[in-house]
This record gives sequence, structure tokens and C-alpha cells, in this order.
Amino acid sequence: MLGYTITQWLFGILSFLAVMFALLVVFSKNPVHSVLYLVLTFFCIAGHYLLMNAQFLAIVHIAVYAGAIMVLFLFVIMLLNLNEQHEPRRTSVSRIIGVIVAGLFLMVLVGVLKGTEQLQLTNTANAEAGLIKNLGQVLFNEFLFPFEIVSILLLAALVGAIMLGKKEVKENVNENRI
Amino acid sequence: MQLTTRSKVVSNKQLSFAERIYLPALLKGMFITLSHLFKKKVTILYPEVKREHAPVYRGQHVLKRDENGAERCTSCGMCAVACPAEAITMESGERKKGEEHLYREEKYAAKYEINMLRCIFCGLCEEACPKEAIFLTDRIVPTEFEREDFIYGKDKLVELVDKRVDVSKRQTPEVLAFKKLEGMRHNVLYTKKLTTKSESKS
Amino acid sequence: MTAFILYKSIICLAIFILSLTVAAYASWWERKLSGFLQDRYGPNRAGKWGLLQPLADGGKMLFKEEIIPNLSNKFLFVIAPGIFIITTIVAGVLIPWAPPVKIGDTYYAMQATDIDIGVVFLLGVTSVGVYGIMIGGWASNNKYSLLGAIRASAQMISYELAMGISLIALIISAGGTLSFSEILQVQDAGYANVVWQPLGFVIFFVCSLAETNRAPFDLAECETELVGGYHTEYSAFKLGLFLFAEYMAMFVSSAVMAGFYFGGYNFPFAAELYQAMGLEEGSWIITLIGFTVYFAKTLLFISVFMWIRWTLPRFRYDQLMNLGWKALLPLSLLNLAITVVVEFIRGNIQF
Repeated sequence: MLGYTITQWLFGILSFLAVMFALLVVFSKNPVHSVLYLVLTFFCIAGHYLLMNAQFLAIVHIAVYAGAIMVLFLFVIMLLNLNEQHEPRRTSVSRIIGVIVAGLFLMVLVGVLKGTEQLQLTNTANAEAGLIKNLGQVLFNEFLFPFEIVSILLLAALVGAIMLGKKEVKENVNENRI
Repeated sequence: MQLTTRSKVVSNKQLSFAERIYLPALLKGMFITLSHLFKKKVTILYPEVKREHAPVYRGQHVLKRDENGAERCTSCGMCAVACPAEAITMESGERKKGEEHLYREEKYAAKYEINMLRCIFCGLCEEACPKEAIFLTDRIVPTEFEREDFIYGKDKLVELVDKRVDVSKRQTPEVLAFKKLEGMRHNVLYTKKLTTKSESKS
Repeated sequence: MTAFILYKSIICLAIFILSLTVAAYASWWERKLSGFLQDRYGPNRAGKWGLLQPLADGGKMLFKEEIIPNLSNKFLFVIAPGIFIITTIVAGVLIPWAPPVKIGDTYYAMQATDIDIGVVFLLGVTSVGVYGIMIGGWASNNKYSLLGAIRASAQMISYELAMGISLIALIISAGGTLSFSEILQVQDAGYANVVWQPLGFVIFFVCSLAETNRAPFDLAECETELVGGYHTEYSAFKLGLFLFAEYMAMFVSSAVMAGFYFGGYNFPFAAELYQAMGLEEGSWIITLIGFTVYFAKTLLFISVFMWIRWTLPRFRYDQLMNLGWKALLPLSLLNLAITVVVEFIRGNIQF
């Protein structure tokens, strides 16, 4: 088809959708719509993982990001009941700061992308690379140390979350009773 | 002060381990419901099987005809007066010549309506009737979709000549004896009084 | 290639029709069984034994008035039941319904697709199913719907954790495979997984009750305190789709349980029976028998789901969260630890 393979077509379509949904995340007025577009973006990225033979990564990406994290985002946004009237007024100072931060981020992005100019789309290197057996082998041999570090980090975050979520134990409980 | 014998002392005792993990109680409940799977069904499959009514059951009314097929009702209005729900209305008509086989006496009910939504099926109309024309039967009043359909006219109330409604269950010897009691004479007397009143007026 | 596409299409269509039929008749069987458990007959007027009842119900749902709340988000309101039902159907593609049949020299698996990470896929799909509920509840623009949706999805997310961990224990004792068909083959050679994973099975069972929003975790259905949960504003066929998806989810999770823990199409002395009948491997009769066995097991689980519904009272929300986080999650971790020790003693894993 027009000199492209099916994989290339899929890549193009998925990329287009991913970028489009990502832009919609930014531009949609309604925060709930933003979150839903973000979920769709995640699905497109999961499709990219599938194209690169990383099935496990794709499914975990959907299960963790789309299935768990974004649901919590939705919880918060839905309960806050954000809409246009409640949006705080943006002063010109905050706008200027926002423009400066975005410009800096763009510069960083351009710099990073320039460094990876010679990166090629190498999806056919090893069709078995993304299978869970090989992934496990790599993860628990070459990358064992970073893996364990990450797990400790997650554990610390877990403990921190529980500490934050815990009710503060009040002293002299009886005095508060009437 | 003890008000009832069924009161229970509330206890806040700690649950035992078996109670806390729910499972024994849960399994017990599950087997109770399972045992009901094999019990006899209590449902009566209505149109095929009908539940036996008590002999004194009071259901849909019937306006009786006599042995010759003439309507017994003389439109005296006793039933309408007796009715506590004011469900009965009627208009009387005068019997013409040649209608003797239709109406037993000179006066008859040209229109006779019972509002089944008002009726409380107390049976006082039946008790008041001096001509033994109205009876409550063991038939069930069917449901309708419109309120108007619940006003039963003579078309629904009067029994058909070739399809008589059996009211012998309601005419037990006790009831017949009761009807002849001196206390029930007011039926007749009241009718007389009404007629004399209307005559004196005119 | 064409033959492959044809074969896959037939399998997909068959599974689709099977899920729809079972979901429809599960609603009939639910009413029938609840009748039996309460000394009644259940529906018996539409057709013989009320067998046409699902049709009558569907027709009723179709002809009811379609109400879309005025201030709702119409697009999301309409697609929410669709998302919910699609995720439940997609979860069903993994199930290998029967042993592979041999035509010519090739084996044809009775499964829509055999993903080598099937178990993870299952978890991923169920976690996406939350969106149908969330979007439906939010788009209704009704605070009761929103609260119901948040409760239902919080419940599903909470119980997914214990479910996932009990599945990890299952995978360890099933020889480290994540593929559904391989889990069944393992049980063909040895015992059913429930022998090695009794606690894991109980946890998984309770979690799938919660995941499918079934009693005693059916807070979404509760009229008294939640005004009907996330589908308060839904009417007509969109409500029907939500209820239908619930039955479909029940069917899929019953099939998953029968496959993961009770051997799926395997049954004791199957090999001896087939030998006595003189059947070769890959014969279509074996496939047929295997399918019947698997289907019977699934129906049994569906009936147990219903039996539980008509026995147990509903959990209060805090009790539900306590059970999920403070009882099932530690229990599933304990089960994981026990599994590792047991499998080490059995010699299935080495360090």
C-alpha cells in the first residue's frame, strides 16, 4: 500500500492518534475530558509497544496507567467538580511564568531530540525480545540492581502514603467529648 | 419495668475467631437456602389452579333473576342506602305491558351501577335487600386499565338466563331465618314509609 | 492465510454468540433459581418453563422510553454502557473452551487467541472495565450516580489487587506460565490447581464476586442507600446493556475460575476414558466432550454465584473495604508465601 508495510501504516496511524489525543488533553476545557483523552493517548502508546513486540509492557501499561492511575485522577477530578466557573482567574504574572517554563521545557525537549537524531526505528531486531520470559531474564540479570532500587523506592512511597492517609491520633480524647 | 417478654439483653461480647471469619455462619446460611431448593413450592398457579374460597367469601356482585328469568330487583334503593361506601346508584323504570317476563314487579331498575373501586365488599347491600335480588359471589373482580371500566352496569351485574350464578352458599338456613326475623322488618317498613312520604308530598 | 482468518472468525463468532446466549439465559436461570430457593416457581409463563423470558425482557427493555438527562454529557452517556460491555466480551476471548481438534496435520485450538501473557491481559482488561462505570456515573450529571460510580469502581480497583496476587500464586504453582491454555495443560498432566491453591481459590472467588459487582458486593444495585448506583439515570436498552454486561462478566469470570482452578476441559481419568473409547488425540469427539465438561463447570459456578446472591445480605461499604484491604490482601500475600515454600519443597522452583 503506497510503498509502506502494514506495520508502518499502523505506526503512522497510532502516532497521529497519540499526538491528536495528547493535544486534546491540553486543549479541552473540561478536566474530565482531558483525563479521558489522556487514557486514549495511553492506549495509542500501548499500541506502539505492541508494534515493538513488547506485549507485556503494553498490557502492564494499560493495566497500571489507564486502569489504575487514571481512575484515581478521575476520582479526584469528579469529586472536586471542576468547571469553568470555578476556575481561578489567571493573572498576567502567572501567564508569563507559564510561558517561560514551557519555553524552557521546549528547549530541553529539542536538545534531547537532537541528541537522538540518528535513532532508527528498529522494531524487527528481535521478535522474541518483548516476551515475558526474555523480559524476566533481562530484568533479573542485567538490571537486577536498578530493579531492586525501584522496588525500595515504591515501598518507601507506599509507607509514606499510608502515613499521610492515617488519621492523627489525638491526645486527651476524652476531653474533646462533651 | 419489663414491657414485653420478647426483649433481649444486648451484649457487646467479643466475637470468637469462628464468628469473626464469617465462614461457618456463611456456610450455614448457604445450606439453609440450599435445603429450600428441595422443599415443596407454596405458589398456587392461579389460572389453572384456584384457591378454595371460604363459603362466606364476598366477591363480585350478581343481580339475580327469579325462576322464570325475570329480574328480581325492584329498584327500592335499600342497597344504596345501606351501602357505607356509597358505591351503588340506580334509576328506576316502570314496567310496560308485555315485559312481564323481564321484570318481576311493576317497578324495576332501569339502570343499576356499582363502582367496584368504591365497593368494600362488606355485604350490607345483600343484607338490606328485601327481594333477595343482590348477592355477593365468590367470583373475583378482574382488573382493568381505565377507571371507567370499574363501574359495573347491569350488563355485568345481572346474571344470564341460561347461565345462572349459584348463590346457594350464601343462602344458608341461618341466613334465611335471619331474613325473617322481626328486627329485619324495617326493610319492609322503611320501604312503606318512603312510599307514603312521597305520596303525601305529591 | 485465508483459512487462518476464516478459522479465527468462526471461533470468535462462536464465542461471541455463546457469551450472548449464556448471558441472556443466565438472567433467566437467576430468576428461576431464586424462585426455587424461595419455594417459588420463578418465571414459567413465557414459553415452556419460561424459556422465552429473556426475549420478553429484552423486548421490554427495547420498547421502554429512552431517557437521556438534559444536562448530561450526551456522548459519554451513550457510549458508557458500550465500553462496559466491550471490555467484558474482550475478556472472554482468552478462554480455551475445548482441547484442540486435529484436521489434516494441523491442530486447531478452540480459543480465539492464545496470548502468552493471558493472565496479565485478563487483569488489564478488567481494570479498563472500570471506565464504563466511571464515565456512565459521571456523565449522568447526578450526584447519586457519581457516588455510586465511585463506590463501584473503588471496589473493583481494591479487589483487583488481592485477585492479582492470588493469580501470581496460581502461576507459580502452575509452573510459571501466563498463558491460559498452558495453565489448562498443566492441570491435564497433574491435579487441578485448586488442590495446590485452596486458599488462593477462595480469595479469587471472593474477588471475582466483587469484580463482577455481584452480591454480597452489589452496592451498585442497592436502591435504599444509593438510589441505584451508577446506572440511576439509565433507562431502556442502555440500562439493559449494563445489566447484560454484568451477566456476561459473571459468565466470563465463572469460566476463568473453572479453567484456572478446576482444570477447565480436563476431568479425572479423562485419558483412561478416551483410551477405553478408542479415541485418538485431536479427535473431534474429545473436543466435544471437553467442551461439555468445561461448560458444565462454568454453569455450576454461575449457579453458585446466584446461590450466594440469594443467601447473603449486602456488605456495608466500610465492611467491604475492610474485607478487601485488611483481610483478603494480607491473606493473598500469605498464600503467596506459602505457595513459594510448598513449590520449593515440591522441587518446582530452584533458587
